[in-house]
Amino acid sequence: MFHWLEKHPFFFALSVFVAIAFAGLVEIIPSFAQASRPLVGTTPYSTLELSGRQIYIKNSCNACHSQLIRPFKSETDRYGHYSLSGEYAYDRPFLWGSKRTGPDLMRVGNYRTTDWHENHMKDPASVVPGSIMPKYTWLYTNEADIETAYAEQLTVAQFFSVPYNTPIPMKDGSSKVIKMADSIAEANADALDEAKVIVADMKDQSIKDAVANGKIPEIVAIIAYMNSLK
Amino acid sequence: MNKNGPLEYDYSVSKLFIMNALFVGAIGMLVGVIIAWQMAYPGLNTFLGDGLAEYTNFSRLRPLHTDSVIYGFVLSAVWATWYYVGQRVLKVSMAESKTLMLIGKLHFWIYFVSASLIVTSLLLGWTTSKEYAEFEWPIDLAITVIWLLWGASIAGLVGFRREKSLYISIWYYIATFLAIAMLHLFNNMEIPTILATSPAGETMVGAWWHSVSMYAGTNDALVQWWFGHNAVAFVFTTPIIAMIYYFLPKESGQAIYSYKLSLLSFWGLMFVYLWAGGHHLLYSTVPDWMQTMGSVFSIVLILPSWGSAINMLLTMKGEWQQVASSPLIKFMVLGSTFYMFSTLEGPIQAIKSVNAIAHFTDWIVGHVHDGVLGWVGFIVIAAIYHMSPRIFRREIYSRSLMNTQFWIQTLGVVLYFTSMWIAGITQGMMWRAHDEFGNLAYSFIDTVTVLHPYYTIRAVGGTLYLIGFLMFIYNIYKTTSARRVEEDELQNASPMGA
Repeated sequence: MFHWLEKHPFFFALSVFVAIAFAGLVEIIPSFAQASRPLVGTTPYSTLELSGRQIYIKNSCNACHSQLIRPFKSETDRYGHYSLSGEYAYDRPFLWGSKRTGPDLMRVGNYRTTDWHENHMKDPASVVPGSIMPKYTWLYTNEADIETAYAEQLTVAQFFSVPYNTPIPMKDGSSKVIKMADSIAEANADALDEAKVIVADMKDQSIKDAVANGKIPEIVAIIAYMNSLK
Repeated sequence: MNKNGPLEYDYSVSKLFIMNALFVGAIGMLVGVIIAWQMAYPGLNTFLGDGLAEYTNFSRLRPLHTDSVIYGFVLSAVWATWYYVGQRVLKVSMAESKTLMLIGKLHFWIYFVSASLIVTSLLLGWTTSKEYAEFEWPIDLAITVIWLLWGASIAGLVGFRREKSLYISIWYYIATFLAIAMLHLFNNMEIPTILATSPAGETMVGAWWHSVSMYAGTNDALVQWWFGHNAVAFVFTTPIIAMIYYFLPKESGQAIYSYKLSLLSFWGLMFVYLWAGGHHLLYSTVPDWMQTMGSVFSIVLILPSWGSAINMLLTMKGEWQQVASSPLIKFMVLGSTFYMFSTLEGPIQAIKSVNAIAHFTDWIVGHVHDGVLGWVGFIVIAAIYHMSPRIFRREIYSRSLMNTQFWIQTLGVVLYFTSMWIAGITQGMMWRAHDEFGNLAYSFIDTVTVLHPYYTIRAVGGTLYLIGFLMFIYNIYKTTSARRVEEDELQNASPMGA
């Protein structure tokens, strides 16, 4: 049989394809049939948070930080409750990472503050002596791209039915609505409102001034995202 | 063409890919060395000044390193050998068909232009974040075109072949083509955000290259690591096996040890490899049965992997003195040994209890590098050393330089993986250590500062490997410039001066 295949390239290629495609069919299809359902209390990202998430990806934060807490005592002691599948329902892409040069960030919003991040990203070693994390100084001068974040919200709402502007059940029985704007101008205004809440806890005067003038530096957006990780 | 004479093979496409492999290889490895030193000395994140910090810091450079060595260096080398080996074992010359030649040239140039776009886009931070699939949709489309052109080249050469039976190397090239095609398409399913329209009717113009993954959360992770694991298989394993199945017998003058073993290894690898992706997701939120499958199949994977490696080593049976006398055989034999080593280490790391310590640590980085530096790098270097005298019709410039390169790079690899083993296991154990009261024994930063000496040793190892690679480039460059052109194509083992 093998000798015959080696003289018939088409059937050879077909056999190879069947051999390699088999595992994917068996492993991946069933998992997709059971769609990734959100855990109660999991909400989609707001415009500013999503913009921060894009900045997180732009700077490959996931190259050094995981967002996956494994079910071990040492990990739950350090980072909080182990990860549940439904918590990732709105993560496109997933950001589990594969290397922990720095600590896990899955629930960093539970134990770090806006003030801590503001100082830390500017000069990590001044907050955590011995840290080998680079300084992310450009986050303080670059402006966040709100329009692309809004475009992403629209895309996920239109193509994947992510529930913006609809009540989402919370753990305590109440419900919460995550707003998505109707126009680019409104999205910008909403993001600016969110940014104002963040900068109220920040010290850097130039950042405060920028937001007062209607601009959103990247640092504000990424802090909004960090704070949303719970 | 003389109909009765021997075939005149045309290596012009192969030559282009060799040049590119050398060029991008040096850049990719240099970036690797830079980020290795940055981990030991974080001040180097701003080595071009604060103004350019955004483009020189670790996190922007890391994807550039991985993608340029995988898709710039290794894929170029794979294609350089395809346009060399393909013609020779199928007994067709590229010069026989203008169409085939055009496909080959287009293949190279579209690839070359896309590679430049990739470098620029990664530096600018245009990334999907998915490891080894960071490219945004416009580049994904370009990659699809490049891949189809390679497919056309395979179909063309195979279609016109005079040798009816496909040699083992061709099996592996075909498998590489099919598997990467499948993985690339499914892992990069994404929707460009410019397709969105706001309720007010505005079209989005923000970042036009931006896209959203079709899969969310756990599903996305599953597809990504099915891709990530198997991209390794089909870029770092199958085409490299294709190379060694051709170049080792050619160089040593020995026939492949066992046809049956190559059959078993090939079909075994095809069937088993794709299951093992789950070992990247142990203890994650992926269903348990899939994690277990990932672990089990990783262990089974030792069989076909060692099958190939043993087949290679036994091909040298009775001719072991060549290892001492030929630097080229040294590269291939040590490469095969590193392949055995790496394909044993991987399955060990895939055992759940070992993975609990190894995952997220530098041990994984060490594992990747003993595979790529020791196996992939060495076989690619050997392949280019073997092809160059025949493509350029000149003897290799210096044999002693080859030997020196071999030992410097070997030392580099050994320093690299030993330091990363120690770093990884140290960190893994410190993360989980509890004191007598059941509290965590170390804060996270303790587990970082302790790694400094190992990061330094690793950076030295990487630097040595890069130095060896630069010697390699110099040797090939001098071969093409300082050696005289031979009248006939050089035959037999690689001829070399002192």
